[in-house]
Amino acid sequence: MVTNVTNLGRSGLSDWLIQRVSAVILALYTLFIVLYLLFNPNLDYATWSGLFAQTWMRIFSLLAFVSLAGHAWVGLWTVTTDYLKPTAIRVTVQLLVILAIFAFLVWGIQILWGA
Amino acid sequence: MLQVSIYRYNPETDSAPYMQEFQVDTQGRDVMVLDVLHMMKEQDNGLAYRRSCREGVCGSDGMNMNGKNGLACITPLSEVVKGNKLVLRPLPGLPVIRDLVVDMGLFYQQYERIQPYLQNDEPAPAIERLQSPEDRDKLDGLYECILCACCSTSCPSFWWNPDKFVGPAGLLQSYRFLVDSRDTATRDRLSELEDPFSVFRCRGIMNCVAVCPKGLNPTRAIGKIREMLLADGS
Amino acid sequence: MSNMRSLTFDAIIIGGGGAGLRAALELAKSGKKTAVLSKVFPTRSHTVSAQGGITCAIASADPDDDWRWHMYDTVKGGDYIADQDAAEYMCSEGPKAVFELEHMGLPFSRFDNGRIYQRPFGGQSKDYGAGGQAARTCAAADRTGHALLHTLYQNNLKNNTTFLNEWYAVDLVKNANGDVVGCIAMDIETGEVVHVKSKATVLATGGSGRIYASTTNALINTGDGIGMALRAGFPMQDMEMWQFHPTGIYGAGTLVTEGCRGEGGYLVNKDGERFMERYAPNAKDLAGRDVVARSMVMEILEGRGCGENGDHVYLKLDHLGEEVLGKRLPGIVELSKTFAHVDPAKEPIPVVPTCHYMMGGVPTNVHGQAIMRGEDGKDQIVNGLFACGEAACVSVHGANRLGGNSLLDLVVFGRAAGMFIEGALNEGIDYLDASESDVETAMKRITRWNESEGGETVPELKRELQAIMQNSFGVFREEENMQKGVKQLAELRGRIANAYLPDKTNAFNTARVEALELDNLMEVAEATAIAALERKESRGAHSRYDYPDRDDVNWLKHSLYFPADKTVGKRDVNFAPRTVDTFEPKVRTY
Repeated sequence: MVTNVTNLGRSGLSDWLIQRVSAVILALYTLFIVLYLLFNPNLDYATWSGLFAQTWMRIFSLLAFVSLAGHAWVGLWTVTTDYLKPTAIRVTVQLLVILAIFAFLVWGIQILWGA
Repeated sequence: MLQVSIYRYNPETDSAPYMQEFQVDTQGRDVMVLDVLHMMKEQDNGLAYRRSCREGVCGSDGMNMNGKNGLACITPLSEVVKGNKLVLRPLPGLPVIRDLVVDMGLFYQQYERIQPYLQNDEPAPAIERLQSPEDRDKLDGLYECILCACCSTSCPSFWWNPDKFVGPAGLLQSYRFLVDSRDTATRDRLSELEDPFSVFRCRGIMNCVAVCPKGLNPTRAIGKIREMLLADGS
Repeated sequence: MSNMRSLTFDAIIIGGGGAGLRAALELAKSGKKTAVLSKVFPTRSHTVSAQGGITCAIASADPDDDWRWHMYDTVKGGDYIADQDAAEYMCSEGPKAVFELEHMGLPFSRFDNGRIYQRPFGGQSKDYGAGGQAARTCAAADRTGHALLHTLYQNNLKNNTTFLNEWYAVDLVKNANGDVVGCIAMDIETGEVVHVKSKATVLATGGSGRIYASTTNALINTGDGIGMALRAGFPMQDMEMWQFHPTGIYGAGTLVTEGCRGEGGYLVNKDGERFMERYAPNAKDLAGRDVVARSMVMEILEGRGCGENGDHVYLKLDHLGEEVLGKRLPGIVELSKTFAHVDPAKEPIPVVPTCHYMMGGVPTNVHGQAIMRGEDGKDQIVNGLFACGEAACVSVHGANRLGGNSLLDLVVFGRAAGMFIEGALNEGIDYLDASESDVETAMKRITRWNESEGGETVPELKRELQAIMQNSFGVFREEENMQKGVKQLAELRGRIANAYLPDKTNAFNTARVEALELDNLMEVAEATAIAALERKESRGAHSRYDYPDRDDVNWLKHSLYFPADKTVGKRDVNFAPRTVDTFEPKVRTY
């Protein structure tokens, strides 16, 4: 077994599962948004904001954001381990990626529940 | 006259590898690439490559022919030569010892890592262990691997992580023992594989399937290992 | 010389094929300091090419099967110069060895009841020839050798055997008393030459089919062990006995298993006639290999051969149907398509008898101990030297080996040698160390090549040697032609002694390996030629136009070739099995 401390799920199996499940959620979310936009050709701010005012939409969106964060972390972690061989550079990039993902996630939550 | 361009490197006399051009007279016959190598070796005795059975069962002469990995002994010119030109290179991704001879150490290490031998903790009977023809059929397409390394050295995931990713050849053998009804070490075998590299670095590119000279399908075996891991770990 | 590195082992096994790996496994389990030294990665050894199976009376296809019937077939197949104590040992120990292989994981094909699948092979009978065709060859589809070799390698990994892979053994090292105390070996990757010291040296170097121009053998089968032993002065037994396999693919030489005929295939001539019915009315296509090969050559010589030049016959398999071919003979379908451009489900495969197996080799007892002739004219054990597998002549195959008996020979006698060496090491072995001059003697040959400054090159000399053997020592032999061959070989020996190695670099120098191999081919070829000329009779694989009959009065004997003076002596065949009655020589018909 290859031991590793920087991947998300601590096991290839859970990483793999996270990747698959988050992909399905993101696909559903994307599909929903696309369809919503198609069926509302004259979308204005009030309608759009109304949609996001509903609790179920907020939960759905949060789920999608968390999925995106997990998906991105697993994917980018893989990319860094593939292509960045010097440890210092790899760990630095991984930290930056984590920070960015964390920031985007908090920002997303703020948008959803903010004013 | 066939134009052959071949990768040359002798660590004692060359500071860097280079491509050497050969003219080979095959008398218009559709010979195997290995025959062409023999003809070239008669022109230049120092040319180094591995070969043994010359019938595709020993796995010695895996190499890259016009961009695709395969066994020189069972690859006729008609299958690879385009425009009368043949480019021969060593298997990609492994250190070159000399000319077409690569250091297969990492490849063998990954094979050894999966414990490629039957494990059964019950005492052996006086005769053979019984196995139904159906259970035996599950080993078909797995045990035939000849360890030529054509698959693993065509796999980008193996190129990037040859020390961590088992690679298609090793995983095919891993599944050969996981699925053998006579093997009782399934649990231990699976727990050795659940990390993010050993199995999960496979991205389903399927180069391994495209090049396997024995027509085996490592990607399918890797998929089956994932299924077993999921069933075992969920 | 003094700065040469040395390695020390309890036992060194030269050769990583079936016999070597089986011996190594036994020794690795015992905890002795053992190494396998192989010029190729072990799974590239020629055992991997064995197809049809391993013959053994495990009583699966027939619950009443009896190892004595197998022994009878083996002795008869060998035309009565197989040693009966050895055949007895192999056939009776066989089932144990085969079950061990299964327990190690060998993926045998299966019958519906879950037992190992067995198919009929040539020369097999029930009830000492009276009960008709037997099915005694245990098979893993038509890839039994591959499955067996990989299984053995895997179990050596499990038991932490030390491997010196891609190392080439150059010559044996003898001490002042003539005991074998190791060898000189070269690490091919670096070119470093090392003195390997060992209390037991096992030659498991396989056959030497590459002395012939056309052979089913791998390119690596150059008789390295035989060459080393001959140069060290040890005699060789029955070297005239070379098996020509009936079904080598015409033009390519690659093997098509006898299992094809075991599964119901048969040979036809250009008229579509199943000609084996004439030559062997009972066993037909499943007669002994020597019989079938000779019949094929007769058909060709009498103008009934197939193809434009009438120089081959056809193996017909299309009537078996795609399902049987796919399940039982998948490798054959692949090989035919690749090398004969024929789909056996639709068309017959063009085949011709092709050099396949060396029945002769280093004479040994059942423990693998090499035997030479003492000053009193009697057998004498060579201290420190062992042989098993094709390199050895125990002799279980006599003048003609039965199909499926080579894999059994490998595992039974590889195992036996391993067990014996373990016992001997436990009792303690103490031989005199080799002196510096002993080592220098063993270095002579590689030094000569390294210092060569001009002359003929290896490929052309090798081609010439192979042509001589093909022309003068083929399926049928005859005095005058053989004499010519012997003379040509003597002349060739002089030229090889002055041949030139242009490339003297060290890293993975395959040219140097091929030069060293050429010396061994020369030794084997000459031993074969001189022994063949001497045996004035026809027996098993050795058929002479000028002596067409078997001569039990003068030649119910092993031949023994002595390299020092290139003479041939005779050695008694063992007719004293321990637990069964002697099989007396009878006229051999199928």
